Amino acid sequence: MKVLAALSGGVDSAVAAARARDAGHEVTGVHLALAGPATSGAGPRGTARARGCCSPADARDARRVADVLDIPFYVWDFAERFREDVVEDFLAEYAAGRTPNPCLRCNERIKFAAVADRASALGFDAVCTGHYARLVTSADGVALHRAVDPAKDQSYVLGVLTGEQLTRCLFPLGESRKLEVRAEARERGLLVAGKPDSHDVCFIPDGDTDGWLRARLGTAPGPVVDRGGRVLGTHQGAYAFTVGQRRGLRLGVPDPDGGPRYVLQVSPATATVTVGSAGDLEVVALDADHLRWAGPAPAGPVECLAQVRAHGEAVAARAEPVAGGPTYPGRLRVVLHRALRGVAPGQAVVLYDADRVVGSATIVSTAGQ
Amino acid sequence: MAYLDHAATTPILAEAREAMNAAMGVCGNASSLHSAGRRARRVAEESRESVAAALGARPGEVVFTAGGTEADNLGVKGLYWSRHAADPRRRVILASPVEHHAVLDPVCWLRDHQGAVVRWLGVDSHGRIDPDQVDRLLAEDAGRVALVTVMWANNEVGTVQPVEVVVAVAHRYGVPVHVDAVAALGQLSVDATISGADTLAVSAHKIGGPIGVGALVVRSDAELTPVLHGGGQEAGIRSGTLDVPGIAGFAVAAQLAHDRRDRLAERLAGLRDSLVDGVRGVDPSSLLNGDPGPGPASRLPGNAHLTFPGAGGDSLLMLLDAAGVECSTGSACSAGVPQASHVLLAMGVDEQAALCSVRFSLGHSSTATDVQELVTALPAALDRARRAGVSSARLVRR
Repeated sequence: MKVLAALSGGVDSAVAAARARDAGHEVTGVHLALAGPATSGAGPRGTARARGCCSPADARDARRVADVLDIPFYVWDFAERFREDVVEDFLAEYAAGRTPNPCLRCNERIKFAAVADRASALGFDAVCTGHYARLVTSADGVALHRAVDPAKDQSYVLGVLTGEQLTRCLFPLGESRKLEVRAEARERGLLVAGKPDSHDVCFIPDGDTDGWLRARLGTAPGPVVDRGGRVLGTHQGAYAFTVGQRRGLRLGVPDPDGGPRYVLQVSPATATVTVGSAGDLEVVALDADHLRWAGPAPAGPVECLAQVRAHGEAVAARAEPVAGGPTYPGRLRVVLHRALRGVAPGQAVVLYDADRVVGSATIVSTAGQ
Repeated sequence: MAYLDHAATTPILAEAREAMNAAMGVCGNASSLHSAGRRARRVAEESRESVAAALGARPGEVVFTAGGTEADNLGVKGLYWSRHAADPRRRVILASPVEHHAVLDPVCWLRDHQGAVVRWLGVDSHGRIDPDQVDRLLAEDAGRVALVTVMWANNEVGTVQPVEVVVAVAHRYGVPVHVDAVAALGQLSVDATISGADTLAVSAHKIGGPIGVGALVVRSDAELTPVLHGGGQEAGIRSGTLDVPGIAGFAVAAQLAHDRRDRLAERLAGLRDSLVDGVRGVDPSSLLNGDPGPGPASRLPGNAHLTFPGAGGDSLLMLLDAAGVECSTGSACSAGVPQASHVLLAMGVDEQAALCSVRFSLGHSSTATDVQELVTALPAALDRARRAGVSSARLVRR
């Protein structure tokens, strides 16, 4: 196959590309420039140049990987699309009091959509990435399964991909553990073997999401209230809070039961942050939209496992599509057989049958006991 | 394999490599006073004489540099600083907007950090400046102008500038002119004395010499403030131990480029015309950018710069590369992200079309087979590039 290997400059994508090449595929490396253009106004019309436009250090690492693998290498500029579909979405979601997952959005809209479509048009059969997930092909098509390394499993952030998208994916690391991948990178002489894993949101390199949001959304002071509506304190912007958050509330008074207080609800419309005890955080049911089934939609309720965070626990649940109105055609109700804490609107709920992803949706609302 | 990117760099000539090998085998600093130093100095000075002869200059006017970019920086900054120091009112730089970044960026740096005032000249749809505009701007206030900078021929679209006319106009007002002749050398008759340029920049590797060597021809009456300070080599204009092997290779290449220029230019023009015809045959919608010619007075003979509507230049480059044909999209930032060319934008080409453009450039080792390989590979590449669209393009914001 002709394979386009997305090279981030990290160790995982490097080993994935190496394995694709060793498997006999004709591999071309591409580094995606996603950071915004730094247009410093320069000379006459059109000479504004993007200096340091696309994390040059990572681009260089990616280029050196391609050198060592002896594959062609190019930089593709998806900064514009990334800004529109991921960064602005991230901002809008926080502004609306929801908790987005930008990696998932990037997979859904950029890597396995815009990039994959361009690759297809240019004659590539598949896009290869260093994601930890497995693709299992059967008579029913291609199914996404969890990776064998539970600590690295990324099936959650890939759960939004459609079956058609999965047919054009290659995830060579799904059967491996991270330690093996690092060792293999060293053996292959890849200079990125010791590069630390990335954890932060890639477009907020200093990791200060609060500061990043504040700089863009400004301050919007409002009250911090308990479930009864009693004002306990004030905040500088509801968007800076996430359901389940404990730190940064600065209330001074403990919960009546003596335990710490947690954020239960964020309502930017009224600039209100509602807090309560740990027990108040427990969620036993949730509603979600943007429903996507991996295969044919089931006729009735499905017993499955539900996961609501990238590395969160999956709990037994019953998922049932509900007749949606015109606004939410594909709506899902999930009843959790065991309560989960810290479930925020905006997060994705990904449904599994054992290790196999069966569907995904975006959480709209939650219900406690 | 068809290498169609000679404007980026061209294969080193065997004769140049031999001269370098010979010089590299001998120890000696050309500034030393003992016999080893004298041996090295002799090679450097003989090389200087060869380069001077090839460029129509006197040996004492040739200042060796570490390449075209350094020569351009020395010409632009050196003239600006010396003119401004002599008369603090002289802050204005008249510059063509289609200059190579080795000129553009020093100009912008002087503006952003040293208080220079830049007046950008207009260009026509072929990318050519108008000497009458230079005349008008100088007539307005020549006393405030520090220098004019205009390239001999454009590295992207190949258009030749009316350098001699501009120099004559500027000199009437007593204003010096820097000329970037990097792209022109080896293909056009570049004569520093006839051009009248006060400083003229050239590079070795564009004519079959080594990478990392160049020269600035500095007219004997031109005042230049140095950029590099140190041991005082090159009459104090450019300090640094002379790169004798590189200079020796440059000299041989310059000599051969001079001797072979007319025949090479004729051969390249023929190949270029067949390339353009072949490409237009494959894709009648394609457009040739720059002055269509004919004749070397209007366009570099080795240059074919084309726009393929709807086909991203970066996609084409990748697909042609995979098919063994190597070309260029003109300009890319350090990380390799394609951007609309400032040259095309200055010519009035819209941003979308600018991103759908590719440069094919021919040189001394080019053959008809190279052209044929391109014409053979182009239909499939165009088809795929058009299917992919110009989606990833980043447009320059204004």
